[in-house]
Amino acid sequence: MKQITHHLPEWLIRSYAAGSLGHAFSLVVATHVSQCDECRARLEAEEAAGGVVLEGLEAVDTSDDLRARVFDGLDEDIAPEAPAPQRTGIYPGALIAEMGSDQPRWRSLGGGIRQAILSEDKQGSARLLYIPQGMAVPDHTHGGLELTLVLQGSFHDETGEFGVGDVEVAEDDLDHTPTAGMGEACICLAATDAPLQFKGLLPRLLQPIFRI
Amino acid sequence: MIEALTIDSETKTPLPHGLRPGYAGKSMNDSGASSEQISQGCEQTDWLVAVREHRDKAAFGRLYDHFTPRLKGMLIRSGMSGAAAEDVVQDVMLTIWRKAHLYDEGRARASAWIYRIARNRQIDVIRRRPRPVPDEMIVEAESREAHDADAMVSLEQEAVQLREALATLPQSQREIVERAYVGELTQAEIREATGLALGTIKSRIRLALEKLRHELKDLRDE
Repeated sequence: MKQITHHLPEWLIRSYAAGSLGHAFSLVVATHVSQCDECRARLEAEEAAGGVVLEGLEAVDTSDDLRARVFDGLDEDIAPEAPAPQRTGIYPGALIAEMGSDQPRWRSLGGGIRQAILSEDKQGSARLLYIPQGMAVPDHTHGGLELTLVLQGSFHDETGEFGVGDVEVAEDDLDHTPTAGMGEACICLAATDAPLQFKGLLPRLLQPIFRI
Repeated sequence: MIEALTIDSETKTPLPHGLRPGYAGKSMNDSGASSEQISQGCEQTDWLVAVREHRDKAAFGRLYDHFTPRLKGMLIRSGMSGAAAEDVVQDVMLTIWRKAHLYDEGRARASAWIYRIARNRQIDVIRRRPRPVPDEMIVEAESREAHDADAMVSLEQEAVQLREALATLPQSQREIVERAYVGELTQAEIREATGLALGTIKSRIRLALEKLRHELKDLRDE
């Protein structure tokens, strides 16, 4: 398997551990960590630090009712939980859980490019993109930060080359043209914390329709 | 406010070589280089292991007494009401009881494992949808046990160093680090404060990575 060379920045892992990251970015972190031992270790280190801070916090009063509810619950028979989704093909379990199925519901964007929107909320959006080999995604800038995690194939842009497992962290001022590598179609998970803005006229017209 | 993070200089003494992790807390006390916090760290993990191994309700009660007041405090600080925080704490404590069989003391101290459970539950509740979580690594119990004794001692040492690193930070920086982990900062604020990376977190990363490599190698060798 190809070595992952583009990892998650520390602040993203720490924000995830602390619960301060929006849903779309959290999905990228969980999906990357599922396939990157190094970032898994870094996440565990952040949680170790979180645990140390937790232990050192001041104790606040808790109600007797809470104690009763917890201890009454110990002997309750509960139905076993459904097992967590397993990795299927190129999709880690974290992504399968999000999709609610083992295949994305692709929608064509024309030119062979497809997308499947996974989530959208005030804090951003996450979607899967399918880009045929050698094809460029229209020039775009984004109002916020964009994370792109490669699941299959590769892409390159002005900043470098990204293969399976790599994450690109594109700042809001990056004006780039990601182009899929040759060999096989590039499938990636892309998340932003603001809507994308396309520079070309046609994509801009399509934006409200396709929510790209 | 973070009085418990402050430890005396004596605790810089490394754990005696070859110390058996299950007895680390006691031995630290015996050796005189004791700190309430150090022995607690080990005790908490011991309690959780007792819950896992023997469904020990007394040990669970001690975990309850130690963690519920702190978990509730943390959840309130990250923006929940007292009542909502208690609902989450209830779920967290019951998850600890029901999922103790998944706890691996060689990978995480009790507090780190509980911290993660609390975050998962809190986010599930706030967003009303499941928080994306990384796929679990499946590690056979046998390959796990071979590394656990050493790993537990190392984890404990790392925790001591982490507490020390925190305690020696200037007050303003220490507060920012604490607020980041408590959940009081936004992702943008955490990003700005990234320069505050603690050296010991880096060493903890190396340790965790080595441990993972061992486990993965064992898996691949099978």
